[in-house]
Amino acid sequence: MNIHEHQAKAVLKSFGAPVADGVAIFSVDEAAAAADKLPGPLWVVKSQIHAGGRGKGKFKELGPDAKGGVRLAFSKDEVLSHAKEMLGNTLVTHQTGPEGKQVNRLYIEDGADIATELYCSLLVNRETGRVAFVVSTEGGMDIEAVAEETPEKIHTIDIDPETGVTPDDAAKIADALELSGTARDDMLSLAGILYKAFTEKDMSLLEVNPLIVMEDGRVRVLDAKVSFDGNALFRHDDIMALRDTTEEDEKEIEASKYDLAYVALDGNIGCMVNGAGLAMATMDIIKLYGAEPANFLDVGGGATTEKVTAAFKIITADPNVKGILVNIFGGIMRCDIIAEGVVTAVKEVGLQVPLVVRLEGTNVQLGKDIINKSGLNVIAADDLDDAAQKIVAAVKEAE
Amino acid sequence: MSIIVNKDTKIIVQGLTGKTGTFHTEQALEYYGTKMVAGVHPKKGGSTWSSGLESAAELPIYTSVGEAKEATGATASVIYVPPAGAGAAIIEAIEAEIPFISCITEGIPVMDMVKVKAKLEKSNSMLLGPNCPGILTPEECKIGIMPGSIFKKGSVGVVSRSGTLTYEAVFQTTAEGLGQTTAVGIGGDPVKGTEFIDVLEKFLADDETKSIIMIGEIGGSAEEDAAQFLADEAKKGRKKPTVGFIAGRTAPPGRTMGHAGAIVSGGKGGAEDKIAAMEAAGITVSPSPARLGTTLADVLKG
Repeated sequence: MNIHEHQAKAVLKSFGAPVADGVAIFSVDEAAAAADKLPGPLWVVKSQIHAGGRGKGKFKELGPDAKGGVRLAFSKDEVLSHAKEMLGNTLVTHQTGPEGKQVNRLYIEDGADIATELYCSLLVNRETGRVAFVVSTEGGMDIEAVAEETPEKIHTIDIDPETGVTPDDAAKIADALELSGTARDDMLSLAGILYKAFTEKDMSLLEVNPLIVMEDGRVRVLDAKVSFDGNALFRHDDIMALRDTTEEDEKEIEASKYDLAYVALDGNIGCMVNGAGLAMATMDIIKLYGAEPANFLDVGGGATTEKVTAAFKIITADPNVKGILVNIFGGIMRCDIIAEGVVTAVKEVGLQVPLVVRLEGTNVQLGKDIINKSGLNVIAADDLDDAAQKIVAAVKEAE
Repeated sequence: MSIIVNKDTKIIVQGLTGKTGTFHTEQALEYYGTKMVAGVHPKKGGSTWSSGLESAAELPIYTSVGEAKEATGATASVIYVPPAGAGAAIIEAIEAEIPFISCITEGIPVMDMVKVKAKLEKSNSMLLGPNCPGILTPEECKIGIMPGSIFKKGSVGVVSRSGTLTYEAVFQTTAEGLGQTTAVGIGGDPVKGTEFIDVLEKFLADDETKSIIMIGEIGGSAEEDAAQFLADEAKKGRKKPTVGFIAGRTAPPGRTMGHAGAIVSGGKGGAEDKIAAMEAAGITVSPSPARLGTTLADVLKG
């Protein structure tokens, strides 16, 4: 789960990280009061959307010469005029896709005098199974580009979970960032703070880009992007309260209510599969035969008829879907359960597009019988290759 | 021969008394009499678990893994404990020095697995999973949730990050008449115990395993590491015909595809890199998950 920058900073601040003062606003009416709360003479007006690249992003509704999604303001009037231009408009960045994201909230922040921009992130290093700091002196830039062009400038420091950040680890981090004096002292303590926030709140990513050294030598978190481990949210009600569903796909929200793993895609063949690997492979094979999947959907191992019905409804609610492929290899998941779910769902919502069903594994014959006896117009398939070819052909024919 | 588990493996169940644990323990008992020997529950020690099987099989419940191991001589544990307590259950099994631990539970917080991994590295235990279907040696031992009916004793070693794709590989090699020595599901989480390399090493060393199917997916670099391992071993003359598959060629970057570990992020973990690494190591990569069996049969024909 992702949260907004201003929320991420509030979380980090609660652990003692140095962040600027700021106020989140949801309407232009709140802009003047927000600016009044901050000392000036410099304010920063930042679009709050769940995507990076906001500074370089462009608003769809404004001309190409208009300023981006993060703006400096040198007066309170300017804060107001920026807020008017930004709120409600659609920001397009390299991470939002061409459709962009509507800016529904802004963060008005106290400006800083930046001397140096650095990069610092924490993540779980899959190769070592440990939380790692990834740091670089090349802050404020796209870190993937840095990794591509100058990989020697990126340093990874793994942390032993049984000791936490040791003075030695902190020194390595400060050394990698080439810090000295006050800034170094700040970083030595910030390393422990960030690690504590990351582990105690079950974050999956904590990215500070840039981490800045100010003209007075102090270190500050200038931007913060935080994602949380969805599997750990059950023990963090405070974090769950930060969820902004306007940033999420409606179909994905509906799917999450039924504990279905669903990802919306751009194609026109809806898929319902059991198992994440098989669901991905089903998407791949649709592509292999010349069409595009409309979604990833894993109904999971312990699906009930209700869950399968919900899954089917979510797929058919997508207007792009011109055909549906149900692919089940029953291990724990019994084929008859899937078949009943499909039949129930079709009876409830109707079937306007071709449907191919491939069943294999536990109770396969029972499942096939249920489909056959239902009288529904279902195309049966023997294996995954056959199923993919049949649905692609049926969709092409319907066009 | 098989790898890791066989007809002599004695297994205890952590989380036996729940619905999932009960169902799969019954299935295991029914599968060639897999030696399920006890259950563990901190509050139900001293009681007895009764199956719903015709055989009316029963298992004793112990308070702790240590107690169960001492009483039964168990060498393996399978874990069905719900996600919130599963990390602690694995650590309990490690501390009781269970040689082989298999954790089926899906959805364990990553930070819990980071703690488990640190304990595991300092122990002699082997952990399979979490978020995995388990391991099955045909006609001998079934640990976890794989459907026994699709297996056949034979010569193919199957290792996979995905449960249902393991079943595809097993089903297809059975249909080809090849059968399996052992099938191992290593699981879809980013931080886990056994990796591809650990299993591949055992398949290379096992005389009865004549060929290998390896199924990976997007995310991380375990497939690249495994390909490098196989290439290095081949140079030493240790080589078996291997067919591979990678799921997630069409997955969009930055999105988690069902499995917590299946994500292309920061330009890393994409399917094409993995396929290229596997092909460079001499693995025949099947373009379709429906052709794993036929591709292997073709490779074996030469």
